[in-house]
Amino acid sequence: MERTISKQRLKEVYVWELPVRFYHWINALCIVVLAITGYIIGRPPAFQSATEASYGYWFGTVRFIHFVTAFVFFFNFVMRIYWGFVGNKYARWYNFIPLKKWQWKEIICVIKVDILQIKDRPVLGVGHNSLASLTYFFTFLAFVLQCFTGFGIYAAMSESWLPNLFSWIVPLLGGDFMARQIHHILMWFFILFGIVHVYLVFYHDYIERTGVTSSMIGGWKFVEGDDADMDGNERIRSCNQK
Amino acid sequence: MKKPTVYDEIKAAGYSRRDFMKFCGTMAAMLGLEASGVAQIARALETKSRIPVLWMHFQECTCCSESFIRSSHPIVADILLDKISLDYSETLMAAAGHQAEKSLRDTMEKYAGQYLLMVEGSIPLGNEGYCCIGGRSAEDILKEVAEGAKAIVAWGNCASAGCVQAADPNPTGATPIHKIIHGKPIISVQGCPPIAEVMAGVVVHLLTFERIPQLDALGRPKAFYSRRVHDTCYRRPNYDAGLFVQSFDDENAKRGYCLYKMGCRGPVTYNSCGVIKWNNGVSFPIQSGHPCIGCSEANFWDNGPFYKHLQSFPGFGIETTADDIGLGLGIATGVGIAAHAISTNIRKRRHINLGADNTNTENK
Ligand code: HEM
Ligand code: SF4
Ligand code: SF4
Repeated sequence: MERTISKQRLKEVYVWELPVRFYHWINALCIVVLAITGYIIGRPPAFQSATEASYGYWFGTVRFIHFVTAFVFFFNFVMRIYWGFVGNKYARWYNFIPLKKWQWKEIICVIKVDILQIKDRPVLGVGHNSLASLTYFFTFLAFVLQCFTGFGIYAAMSESWLPNLFSWIVPLLGGDFMARQIHHILMWFFILFGIVHVYLVFYHDYIERTGVTSSMIGGWKFVEGDDADMDGNERIRSCNQK
Repeated sequence: MKKPTVYDEIKAAGYSRRDFMKFCGTMAAMLGLEASGVAQIARALETKSRIPVLWMHFQECTCCSESFIRSSHPIVADILLDKISLDYSETLMAAAGHQAEKSLRDTMEKYAGQYLLMVEGSIPLGNEGYCCIGGRSAEDILKEVAEGAKAIVAWGNCASAGCVQAADPNPTGATPIHKIIHGKPIISVQGCPPIAEVMAGVVVHLLTFERIPQLDALGRPKAFYSRRVHDTCYRRPNYDAGLFVQSFDDENAKRGYCLYKMGCRGPVTYNSCGVIKWNNGVSFPIQSGHPCIGCSEANFWDNGPFYKHLQSFPGFGIETTADDIGLGLGIATGVGIAAHAISTNIRKRRHINLGADNTNTENK
């Protein structure tokens, strides 16, 4: 197949710094472990009977793994928030909250091009596009809620100060029952997000070929020379051309 | 004339010194005091006279009173309640009609700022007609009586959180005390009903130390409500070992496995059932094979169904949980992705057939 695209015009951009990449994979691993152990806690399989309690502790172990992973997840998240203030321009916090008009325009544009597929011109930001950023903002909120409810219910079984920082959340929700309920429902948000997230990464690589999949490993993305230098407003204009 | 002390009244009722000391010992243990606490309680009861108590009944079933008078130690019901404390209680007082109203007024005037107000039941704010006493609405009475109270004890789930009357759709607009009275210390003695020894413990604490016991964030005395039923449950080793009852009549139920999968609310319920137990320490629901229904927590009637771990999702059928909905959404997402992938491939094929990559380079 012939290509009109010439290699010379491709530029490599270092997008995801090492802390961002570490954060991403630790976070992904934690969420998988937390969702699996969490689901088991909420709906334990009863595969044992005709035995005595003194012979086993598997359910306690599942809970232990959930709690240890929860602490890793929490501190990793705290690190990412810090990096949102000191990292490079693709990692900064303002990417994730659409406060500017062009970000909203880009969201509409992305919906037309990538979701509904009624427009052809892809949106070529170097970092996240605005719709992706907004989605990540929602996942950050879900992280916060999950940590609040999780540590809130954990506080009842812990003397240490960190979980007890969150103990106020439980009376606010009316009791442990509601906190656990919300905690359980939010698990589904993470599962649905995970499915869509992985699919969309593949989709973008499939269509745009910027190396987005491997960018979270090595940090580099391929962008065409002039695309890399465009600011948000110029991108919107080019999106609306067709 | 010097007012008789509590101990005087106990003696007059025919109890021996030994009974009295046993009672003090029991109470100190319940309250989790150290050994010197026994002497403290004894000293207080020997030197202090009774605190005047007004016990009001609003929208309730009287199960709190029933629980209290069935307390394992006779002195609790006999002395604290019957002989000593109650200046007014619709259920237990001998007086009736105008006489009763007069005794209420007398106490409120004579002991303004000193009496204890104990409330059983919730207040119908939706329509005051649901609960009127002597031609006055519950809200009116409560506000007036609370005015001069030193502290308020909210007995049970009704007064603390609304209980069954406040369950959806809450036709009477049942409202707990702490949402109506502000600026007074309110002790929530939760449960439906609360355990008798817990109720007695709170009264003795108020009498002995003349201050409010330490409360948790929901206003419950920490001495009795700081641990979950789950943390003191004797079936807990089965929980940690993953040994669960699957249905009420299975082998696992007979073996006494954990009732978690039968909807046990022990992990989300703060109460002393596993330690103090019920009916003179005979048993408690879980020991009798029934999961905890969370009776000392707000909204426990609406957190149903009782025999399921997960609540049914609001707006869907009674048996539909968040897991069912999550699974449904997962399948819907999968279908959406499949449709999107097909459309993406059609588009990609078109570009390849055009021989040019206009997704990336045209229209510059
Ligand atoms: C992506 C993050 C997380 C997911 C998907 C998740 C999922 C779950 C699920 C589904 C449950 C079962 C709830 C039930 O049905 O009762 C659970 C329980 C629990 N989770 Fe998480 N969780 C996450 C993060 C956390 C965090 C950050 C903490 C903080 C300590 C935490 C602490 C707990 C606790 C204490 C329980 C109750 C366990 C028990 O009492 O046995 N979780 N989790
Ligand atoms: S029966 Fe209930 S309270 Fe007891 S261990 Fe099982 S879940 Fe916890
Ligand atoms: S076991 Fe649970 S439902 Fe039963 S009395 Fe105790 S707190 Fe209430």
